[in-house]
Amino acid sequence: MPTVTMTVNGKQVSADIDPRTLLADFIRVNLDLTGTHIGCDTSQCGACTILVNGDAVKSCTMLAVQADGAEVTTIEGLAENGEMHPMQAAFKEHHGLQCGFCTPGMVMSAIDLVKRHPNPDEATIREELDGNICRCTGYHNIVKAVKAAADATGG
Amino acid sequence: MRGGDDMPAAAIEGGVRQSVAHDSAPLHVSGRARYVDDIPVPAGTLEAYIAQSDIAHGRIVRLDLSAVRAAPGVVDVLTARDIPGRNNVGPVLADDPVFADGEVHFMGQPVFAVIARDIAAARAAASRAVIEYERLPAILTVDEALAAKSHVLEPAEMRRGDAASALKAARHRLEGRIYIGGQDHFYLEGQVALAIPGDGGDMLVHSSTQHPSEVQHLVAGVLGLADHAVTVEVRRMGGGFGGKETQPALFAAIAALGAWRTGCAVKLRLDRDDDMIMTGKRHDFRIDYDVGFDDTGRIVALELMQAARCGYSADLSGAIADRAMFHADNAYYLENVHITSYRCRTNTVSNTAFRGFGGPQGMVGMERIIDHIARHLNLDPLTVRRRNFYDRDGRDITPYGMRVRDNVIRSIVDELAERAGYERRRKEIEGFNAASPVIKRGLALTPVKFGISFTTTHLNQAGALLHLYADGSLHLNHGGTEMGQGLFTKVAQIVAEELQVDIGRIRITATNTGKVPNTSATAASSGSDLNGKAAQNAARKIKGRLIDFAARHFGCTAEQVRFLPNRVVAGNHAVSFDELANLAYLARVPLSATGFYRTPKIHYDRKAARGRPFYYFAYGAAISEVEIDTLTGENRVRRVDILHDVGRSLNPALDRGQIEGGFIQGMGWLTMEELCWSDDGRLLTHAPSTYKIPACGDRPDILNIDLLDNENSENAVHRSKAVGEPPLMLAISVLSALNDAVAAANPKAPLLDAPATPERILMTLNDGGGC
Repeated sequence: MPTVTMTVNGKQVSADIDPRTLLADFIRVNLDLTGTHIGCDTSQCGACTILVNGDAVKSCTMLAVQADGAEVTTIEGLAENGEMHPMQAAFKEHHGLQCGFCTPGMVMSAIDLVKRHPNPDEATIREELDGNICRCTGYHNIVKAVKAAADATGG
Repeated sequence: MRGGDDMPAAAIEGGVRQSVAHDSAPLHVSGRARYVDDIPVPAGTLEAYIAQSDIAHGRIVRLDLSAVRAAPGVVDVLTARDIPGRNNVGPVLADDPVFADGEVHFMGQPVFAVIARDIAAARAAASRAVIEYERLPAILTVDEALAAKSHVLEPAEMRRGDAASALKAARHRLEGRIYIGGQDHFYLEGQVALAIPGDGGDMLVHSSTQHPSEVQHLVAGVLGLADHAVTVEVRRMGGGFGGKETQPALFAAIAALGAWRTGCAVKLRLDRDDDMIMTGKRHDFRIDYDVGFDDTGRIVALELMQAARCGYSADLSGAIADRAMFHADNAYYLENVHITSYRCRTNTVSNTAFRGFGGPQGMVGMERIIDHIARHLNLDPLTVRRRNFYDRDGRDITPYGMRVRDNVIRSIVDELAERAGYERRRKEIEGFNAASPVIKRGLALTPVKFGISFTTTHLNQAGALLHLYADGSLHLNHGGTEMGQGLFTKVAQIVAEELQVDIGRIRITATNTGKVPNTSATAASSGSDLNGKAAQNAARKIKGRLIDFAARHFGCTAEQVRFLPNRVVAGNHAVSFDELANLAYLARVPLSATGFYRTPKIHYDRKAARGRPFYYFAYGAAISEVEIDTLTGENRVRRVDILHDVGRSLNPALDRGQIEGGFIQGMGWLTMEELCWSDDGRLLTHAPSTYKIPACGDRPDILNIDLLDNENSENAVHRSKAVGEPPLMLAISVLSALNDAVAAANPKAPLLDAPATPERILMTLNDGGGC
């Protein structure tokens, strides 16, 4: 069994794993970080989105061994000193969620989006979030939350 | 606003009518909200995988599982023979086996399950099974089932007046047919259960279910136990939409059976493909009509045939097909009407509840009829709609004999048409279309009238449990389940309002069959109506005891005790709510109460198809403007305006969320979500790669939603109205608008079936035939 070592939410972790272990499963099962959800198992719904070296990645489409040496951030690692990341706060504030299952992946994608488009207009947000499915909300408040967070972070 | 330390607050935080955020929002955004698959499991927890039949209909002539049992990591293999109790998870009839016993009835039916150390081992082992079938003929479609008279339940009829004679006498008469596709729920969290064996044969099941009591009862039946031995708990679901009303029982039962036999906890989580293949969907329908009307478009007679594809078993199809009949009128008075409903049995997965529960299909049929009449008479469909609305002058009785007392259809439609500039935009679109040869636009306004209550009368009951602790904090529990709709938040708001305490003092707790028994499913949009009233009842009991105690303790009359925000005034004394709770505890006042509610006034005689099945109606209307590309069939929704009746809203933010989400889900159903089966009964669209639900970019460019200020004329909780299902049907306006756009390109094109995918629009555009 290969050993993988990576930094997850600022903490170095190391484990011997089956080489076919998906990064999503590694995070959920080995690290007990269950905020990363598995919605479709086939890299389409986006619920499992995390940041790998700062870029949004659907963690069910990546092997854990491919993240060896990487800097990984999951939804649990966003808050600093007990303060929510502005994107988390915006989703809460603007009712950008209902059942909440898509929310962690949506938040991670949105953070990556704002990193690449500091001043996104509505059309950009909509296009960028097309890889994250939400079945409850109809997306309006999600788009509103992303816009608000982008504005708040002074992009 | 809270006052300073010595200034009492003017109002509580989180009372009714406030846009309180979803109670789990802080957990949702931080990844700390636990769904069933996130619950820490006991050491040694096993995982289950279900092996499915891969033919649509046949007899199992050989089932050799020896290689499965011998596979690495396998702990147990479960078949029909291993069930100590009943091999059934059917909610109404006992026709849904856990495992096929001798015969398989659809492709994807569970044949056996593997319990192994992990899911990979279980899945690998299952592939070693040797199953041989003797194939039998399969009935797959509604048309085939109608021809073969294949039914899961007896046909039903509803009639008023003499449709046949009135049809003959009618000035105009049109016949038509519409096929309406099904819909996969696509809750983001798939079906999942975790069963943990307990003391003395008890079983605890964490199930992602809208109906914990039914899961409890069916799991107990499978294990051969009394209901009291099984406890089902659900804190939240990652979406339900009806797909977790009856469907979770199968997965809970298999997990529990595995746990029962192995003595270990067992988790069963379906992957998305298995979930889509193995679970029921919205019923697809064929609706045939023969309608008579006058020169103005007013309907004088209607002969209607609704045929639902139910799949291989009854599930909830009886009530669903009934609701399609109840909503065959939508918002229109039908003087002479005869509706026949066929509940078709097919060798496909058993279709089930889905937001609207048959109502949407019934309404789509009616709106198609209106569009057809309008096209025939060359009238604006809105004109025809207005000529047929329920009214007060004797045109206010439904085909099942219920008086429409709370009718706001006309005012809601007039107000919306005015607000959204219907007439002006109708002219603009005509102008646009005249100048645009390839891109065509369409516009439509459709109304919604949706009956609120379970049509099975006894289901309209709910219970709650409320504890007031000596420190003044509260523990709230009720039979409703949280699937994202915000029910828990609304019920907590109701309790906060009743006791005048900040919502933060109320702990919202997981639905648990050990706390509130014999609950109904959180379904039929009734969650807040029923559970809100039950919780209010519990709060009032505790409040009554506190009032009596305070009057005694402070030497005043009960009338002199007043609950103000977070404090209580008794005569000349004022104490904080917390202080009063502690004083009451010390005085040995019982501070725990159950609450109960049953909906009044409703009754229904199914045989006669007469009665008042609904406590009230929820109304709404939507205007959709669409654009189609006549060369490709591609389309988009440019603008939508909605005016929707939620009574006096308990929580405007949550209600708006339901309206928007419901509309988008309905739009998906009618425009892009297409379920395809192969000729041998295999579901071909079993993943989001091939089954497309609306994504962020599919949202209409403009979506204006307004709540109608309309107090519920019935005494529903705080005069609010149910909001879960009705908004889905606002999306029928999109289908009608697409018909309008198609007609602009080709006036001879037939009216669209649903879903109106680009492919179907293109084919329809190029089909010059009649409807």
